[in-house]
Amino acid sequence: MIPLAHYLILGAIMFCLSVIGIFLNRKNVVILLMSIELLLLAININFLAFSHYLQDPAGQVFVFFILTVAAAESAIGLAILIVLFRNRHTINVEDLDTLKG
Amino acid sequence: MFENMQLVYLAIPLSCLAASIIAGVFGKKIGRVGAHTVTILAVALSFALSLVVYFDVLAGNKFNGAVYTWAISGGVPFEIGFLIDELSATMMAVVTFVSFMVHVYTVGYMQDDPGYQRFFSYIALFTFAMLMLVMSNNFLQLFFGWEAVGLVSYLLIGFWFQRESAIAANLKAFLVNRVGDFGFLLGIAAIVFLFGSMDYSAVFSAAPQAATVTFPFMGGETTWITVICLLLFVGAMGKSAQVPLHVWLPDSMEGPTPISALIHAATMVTAGIFMIARMSPLYELSETALSVIMVIGAITAFFMALIGLVQNDIKRVVAYSTLSQLGYMTVAMGASAYAAGMFHLVTHAFFKALLFLAAGSVIIAIHHEQDMRAMGGLRKPMPITYLTVVIGTLALVGFPGFSGFFSKDAIIEAVHLSKLPGSGFAYIALTAGVFVTAFYSFRLLFLTFHGRPRMDQEVRRHVKESPWVVTVPLVMLAIPSVVIGAWYVEPMLFGGFFGESLKVLPAHDTLGQLAHENPDATGVELLLNLVLHGMMAPPFWLFLIGAITAWVMYIDKPELPGKLAVKFGAIYRMLMNKYGFDEFYERVIARGVRRIGRLFWQIGDAKIIDGWLVNGTARVVGWFSGIVRQIQTGYVYHYAFAMIIGLFLLMTLFLKP
Amino acid sequence: MSFAQLAFYFFAAVMIVAATMVITIRNPVKAALFLVLAFVSGACVWMTLEAEFLAIVLVLVYVGAVMVLFLFVVMMLDVNLSRLREGFGEYLPIGGLVAVLMVLEMAIVLSADSFDQQNMPRPEPEAEGYSNTKELGRLLYTFYVYPFEIAALILLVAIIAAIALTLRKRPETKYQNPAKQVAVKREDRVRLVKMAAERRKDDQS
Repeated sequence: MIPLAHYLILGAIMFCLSVIGIFLNRKNVVILLMSIELLLLAININFLAFSHYLQDPAGQVFVFFILTVAAAESAIGLAILIVLFRNRHTINVEDLDTLKG
Repeated sequence: MFENMQLVYLAIPLSCLAASIIAGVFGKKIGRVGAHTVTILAVALSFALSLVVYFDVLAGNKFNGAVYTWAISGGVPFEIGFLIDELSATMMAVVTFVSFMVHVYTVGYMQDDPGYQRFFSYIALFTFAMLMLVMSNNFLQLFFGWEAVGLVSYLLIGFWFQRESAIAANLKAFLVNRVGDFGFLLGIAAIVFLFGSMDYSAVFSAAPQAATVTFPFMGGETTWITVICLLLFVGAMGKSAQVPLHVWLPDSMEGPTPISALIHAATMVTAGIFMIARMSPLYELSETALSVIMVIGAITAFFMALIGLVQNDIKRVVAYSTLSQLGYMTVAMGASAYAAGMFHLVTHAFFKALLFLAAGSVIIAIHHEQDMRAMGGLRKPMPITYLTVVIGTLALVGFPGFSGFFSKDAIIEAVHLSKLPGSGFAYIALTAGVFVTAFYSFRLLFLTFHGRPRMDQEVRRHVKESPWVVTVPLVMLAIPSVVIGAWYVEPMLFGGFFGESLKVLPAHDTLGQLAHENPDATGVELLLNLVLHGMMAPPFWLFLIGAITAWVMYIDKPELPGKLAVKFGAIYRMLMNKYGFDEFYERVIARGVRRIGRLFWQIGDAKIIDGWLVNGTARVVGWFSGIVRQIQTGYVYHYAFAMIIGLFLLMTLFLKP
Repeated sequence: MSFAQLAFYFFAAVMIVAATMVITIRNPVKAALFLVLAFVSGACVWMTLEAEFLAIVLVLVYVGAVMVLFLFVVMMLDVNLSRLREGFGEYLPIGGLVAVLMVLEMAIVLSADSFDQQNMPRPEPEAEGYSNTKELGRLLYTFYVYPFEIAALILLVAIIAAIALTLRKRPETKYQNPAKQVAVKREDRVRLVKMAAERRKDDQS
């Protein structure tokens, strides 16, 4: 049988990969968004693993909500990306420093 | 006569205060006539009630008590109270009388002045403050009156506030008085510290026991009582213009003449003398303080009189004469002849007010010209003024029979008998002072009223006697200037007039010894004795020499003074420079203070506080934010990194055992 | 090794490889495709956790909709890839360090005994006829009904926001304004002018 720890290790590996992804692809917003999706997937794995091993369906409900929010987030994120590209003709994060005080 | 004397006591100062408020606040509404009517009525009422109180006190009805407790702090009550005895009753009568005369006189003198109502408000306020000072039964109220008269004096010296010299003079008066008041305040603080009370009677009754309490000072032991007396005397030096705090009084002549008469001759400047007399139970306990007072007074009496010799401004001559006479009174205090000093205070109040008002009368007559070199020959057109000035001068120089003679002679005799250190010097200074006094007084008289007229033709044609509001006060003041000395010499000097309000230890009782020299004489016999004795004594001859010298130099040989001034150039210049006190204060103290101020300003304020603390703080914040700003790059991924690193730290925190 | 174990390790390995490719690959289109692969294998992993409904939802919603959206955006935008790749490894040391530290910390947590077979045994599989979807639905519509509605609202907001963000008015495009058309009045269109009658010049004849 698969122990709980293996699912958690899988989640941890996925999480760390997406963190590295954020660091590596800091300039490309599209890949950044993808990394965030991966991050959420890793978290979802954890939720589901615990839900299963503890026999508590609340974990699944939570994953459901996370999926909802993640979908909304990626939709808005991509919309912002499009607007950004339309206005600045780039999605290079390096060029987006107007937040600077 | 009155059911409730306390109400009378209250009414005396408060009527003046009320009149001052009415004239000051509603001046526009009640107009000129309203302003002078209300203040003159109030002061007249004060004067009448003061006379009532005076005779009441003479009948043995004294009062000492609080009327209102303002606050109690640390067990020391702060009260408003009255001490009505012979001393304060005399002062009240003199103050209200002179004030009354000056009020009337002002109606004529200030006729055309735009600040008419303001002036009446001020002098009524002054009368109130002075009455509060003399009627006080505790140190707090004394200090209140002390500061209040100083304030009004400041306001009045700068009454013509468009004149730059007036502003400089009132500032000077205020600052110099601040020095004195600082000492005075320290003295009061020392009294509270030593006695735990501010009430006169409590302090005086505890004083003999406290007299021996000492404390180490500059390697030796000093008694507290000496320190207190000297500190209080510093206050008196400021207010009564004794060397070296005298410099403000001559300059205060920038004010209108009526207030020169009222404040800077007759009443306020005598506050210091009155205070010392009032504190006689304390001063008697410290021979050191008495000696200091005597020496300071003698220096003032002689050297200020010398300056009077070379002044050409008529009011300044009288001002220096005032300084000199205040010195006489101070010496009397130092010689424990308090009664003589108070006596001189009273007589001086009358004849000096008279001289000032007469000088004012002359000044109006020749269109606000104050230089005596532009006067002369005014005897004919101004007979009443001339006559009163003659009376005032004779009283001032101590011509036998006139009021000044009795009081001044008593002082000189008392100093002669005093055995305190410094009395020898004081005696010589005072006796020599008589000569100088006679010289400058007659110089004033001759230059102003005799000789040929030196004003220009235009003015000369218009010279005429002043209106009755001016001359009536002159006459009213001339009468006591003549008679008050003879009238009161017996009770005041020898009859124990002041009773228990003045305290003299037997060892210092110079006046008592003086009385023994005239053992059985009373009434007219005593007066005759005194006059005859006066005729024999050196002061009289000195006075004669002084008068004759003045006649020779200003009537007989008018060119002589100029030659002398050239011949004794150094002395003349020294006198013209007033011994360099002003220059000294200006160069050393004022400039030093300015330099210290600039030091504090440039280094303390501009550099340390502004530069380092205020701007420095801003600079540090700016510098720090410049560094922190680097973190805020504006790149979203940097913020994302920050979040991740924060997450990592949070995890570490959770994992911490 | 049972089939379930085999399936889990296989899909887990695929998922990790796919995720690694997503973050390292040069071409965003390929990255999106690898992301699809990662999500599909993720769905399979979820299957082994008996979360059938969510696994299907992941495939349908994510792979079917969101990933397509990603692909669509990536293809639509004319992205200069070479510039985006500049300094690719610049933050690798710090990113790697953070990741390694995280892995270490997670390993500390996971190496504890609490998660092993004894302390946390795998529950028995559900009985036949058990519906994960039904169970989830029952929970969502009863106990979690308010959060569910809030989630619906969030989606609505996301829809509106996405539309509002990307909607743009082109000034050169002509379009009608029905509201104005309806609200028009006679005065706006016709102006009656009064004037004196004039005779035509050629009428004089």
